[in-house]
Amino acid sequence: MTGRLKMDVRSQISMVFHLDKCIGCHTCSIACKNIWTDRKGAEYMWWNNVETKPGTGYPGKWEDQKIYKGGWVKKNGDGIELKGAGKPKSLTNIFHNPHMPVIDDYYEPFTYKYLDLIESPAGDDQPTARPISMITGEPMDIKMGPNWDDDLSGSPDYARKDPNLESLSPAERDAMFQLERMAFFYLPRICNHCLNPACVASCPSAAIYKRGEDGIVLINQSVCRGWRMCVTACPYKKTYYNWSTGKSEKCILCYPRLEAGHAPACMHSCVGRIRYLGVLLYDADRIESAASADEADVLRRQMDMILDPFDPEVIASAKSNGIADSTIDAAQSSPVYKFVKVWNLALPLHPEFRTLPMLFYVPPLLPVMASVTTVDNREQSEKMNPIAKQWPDSWLYDTSTKELFGTIDEARFPLRYMANLFSAGDTTEIGDRLKKLMAVRLHRRKETVGDIPEETVKQALADTGLTPQLADDIYYLTSLAKFNDRFVIPAAHREQAIEMMEFTGDVKGNTGFGFKAGTAVRGS
Amino acid sequence: MNVLNTFLFVAFPYVALTVFVVGVIYRYRQKGFTVSSLSSQFLEGNKLFWGTIPFHIGILVVFFGHLTAFLLPRATLAWNSIPVRLIILEVTAFVFGATVLVGLVSLMLRRITSARIRAVTTRMDIAIELLLLAQVVLGLWIALGYRWGASWFAADLSPYLMSLVTLGPETEAVFALPWVIKLHIVGAFAILFMVPFTRLMHFIVAPLHYIVRPYQQVIWNWDRKVIRDPGTPWSRARPNNN
Repeated sequence: MTGRLKMDVRSQISMVFHLDKCIGCHTCSIACKNIWTDRKGAEYMWWNNVETKPGTGYPGKWEDQKIYKGGWVKKNGDGIELKGAGKPKSLTNIFHNPHMPVIDDYYEPFTYKYLDLIESPAGDDQPTARPISMITGEPMDIKMGPNWDDDLSGSPDYARKDPNLESLSPAERDAMFQLERMAFFYLPRICNHCLNPACVASCPSAAIYKRGEDGIVLINQSVCRGWRMCVTACPYKKTYYNWSTGKSEKCILCYPRLEAGHAPACMHSCVGRIRYLGVLLYDADRIESAASADEADVLRRQMDMILDPFDPEVIASAKSNGIADSTIDAAQSSPVYKFVKVWNLALPLHPEFRTLPMLFYVPPLLPVMASVTTVDNREQSEKMNPIAKQWPDSWLYDTSTKELFGTIDEARFPLRYMANLFSAGDTTEIGDRLKKLMAVRLHRRKETVGDIPEETVKQALADTGLTPQLADDIYYLTSLAKFNDRFVIPAAHREQAIEMMEFTGDVKGNTGFGFKAGTAVRGS
Repeated sequence: MNVLNTFLFVAFPYVALTVFVVGVIYRYRQKGFTVSSLSSQFLEGNKLFWGTIPFHIGILVVFFGHLTAFLLPRATLAWNSIPVRLIILEVTAFVFGATVLVGLVSLMLRRITSARIRAVTTRMDIAIELLLLAQVVLGLWIALGYRWGASWFAADLSPYLMSLVTLGPETEAVFALPWVIKLHIVGAFAILFMVPFTRLMHFIVAPLHYIVRPYQQVIWNWDRKVIRDPGTPWSRARPNNN
């Protein structure tokens, strides 16, 4: 117990996405779309989307804040300010927001005139279903669509324009995109439900708010006036403007499902089971100092804000803040807490935007660790039948782990690239996590296949501060975890939730006792 | 003729004002979801800039100009008592009026030429744009043809408007005005009348409170501290969304 007497403990529903497990199937996106954004004005919105990295993403180059001016930046003096919005800027740019993405930065939603296939008059040509715009209803040429850059690593228009490549040397970039060495991974994204949300801060109408109970960030549709500053302010471009209703919308973390104890649709439907959801307890008093720390410190301070739910002091403080015992229980068995704090495996996306995002990613090891070497396979080729197909190249995609962590440093993805995504450019933070993942892999290889010497594994575990037990725990939650291990959803306390809708005192007064207004006042 | 005049300058203003007040409150409270700026920047951003900026800046200056002359007629007349100052005022007002016209026309052209903007155009949008166009053209016409408006507005129209506010309409001066000016006055009340039925609602909800509110906003549905306090079984705290 340290001497921190005053804490403002709050609970946050938080997420971990394990990128090694993502197969890029977009099932999450479809589950979300079917439930929430299959409406006029929202066709183009993907509250959940899956991007190929390296790639430009959706909307194009969303990470490039020189274009979109999202997130927070340090002020010259103390503190931080919104880069492209905020009180003076939002009000002076209210007639025309100069940094706002337009629909062409996402894509123009389209459908096809399917009826033409059936109803076209007989003729010489086969009828076709022409694409038509879902905005104007007129025929259009499709220039872009959802996940247009899917799997296009190495492509000049997408992968090479990835803003995260900016700090890489031309040689490093070329090495990344060499034919036969090219790699990519998927980055599923939803709203980060940040602790220092830029969208909330930018809303002139005060329509956006963070729910106190679980930290979900929501837009009140009756208060939103379409001033569209949130679209600019969110550095992740996860608030969307509905062009039909004139209101902004965003991921609601399926709160109606959460309140009923169900996992959000994207997480429930996840084929690769990459998604974890649970409670984190954090100290709200430290938001400001974490968000306004030096860029090198933001990540560490954000991690420090997350509190140990087993610490008696934290528990006492949480209770005095009105956090339910069941929520504290959920925080103690939260898979997110394990990945983020206990095992130190997960990192937030772009912590340098200073919004303190509460969605964490376990960085992908697979595309990183494999190395490619040239081998002399002439001897092998000579043995083969002359009519056999001979591959002229002599590349070997090598995922062996002879040298413990050598492959991480000589990775196909420069560590700097991964660091630009997940740790504000700090390669040691991302390197540590990849090494840990590698150590777990070595440990399991020894357990199941047994072709790695015990000494090597011991060394790997010791280097990364793991024990066999911890490595098995990580393995369990990564590979074997069941539904209830992956989603630890605290009770919404429906017995109290009903009081969110109506004051039970009113009802009591109405059902037989004949007095109502005075009830609440008695005894006070 | 007098019946028509009485209708236009006594009855109609009160009808318009009533519809405005009742309509705005009703729509704000009952149909809050429909109150939006209905920005179309998301569908088309470049042409919008050249329309919306001159239109809004122009109309704000012109509106507050009219408001000043209405509320402070003596000060306005005093200011105008020196010809140079009168001319500066008139030229400024005219320039901003012309800015409104330029902005409005380019917004209308954008609405006509862009298929995407046509897709989000309602009949009420067209109605209010035509009404505003007529009002601006009339205003510029008056500024050119019936000098000097800054002074005679303060001398003749300000007392008329004030008499409407104090519920004792004095209409002699208005009845005697040329029809161009009469149309402009009727147009002004017509715009007021239209506010609850159109996107003009958005100026009612101009987000000036943003200046004073803290950046972050956290809302608890229910104050759990109060729930847990055994001393308050009959809590007086109400849920925020109730």
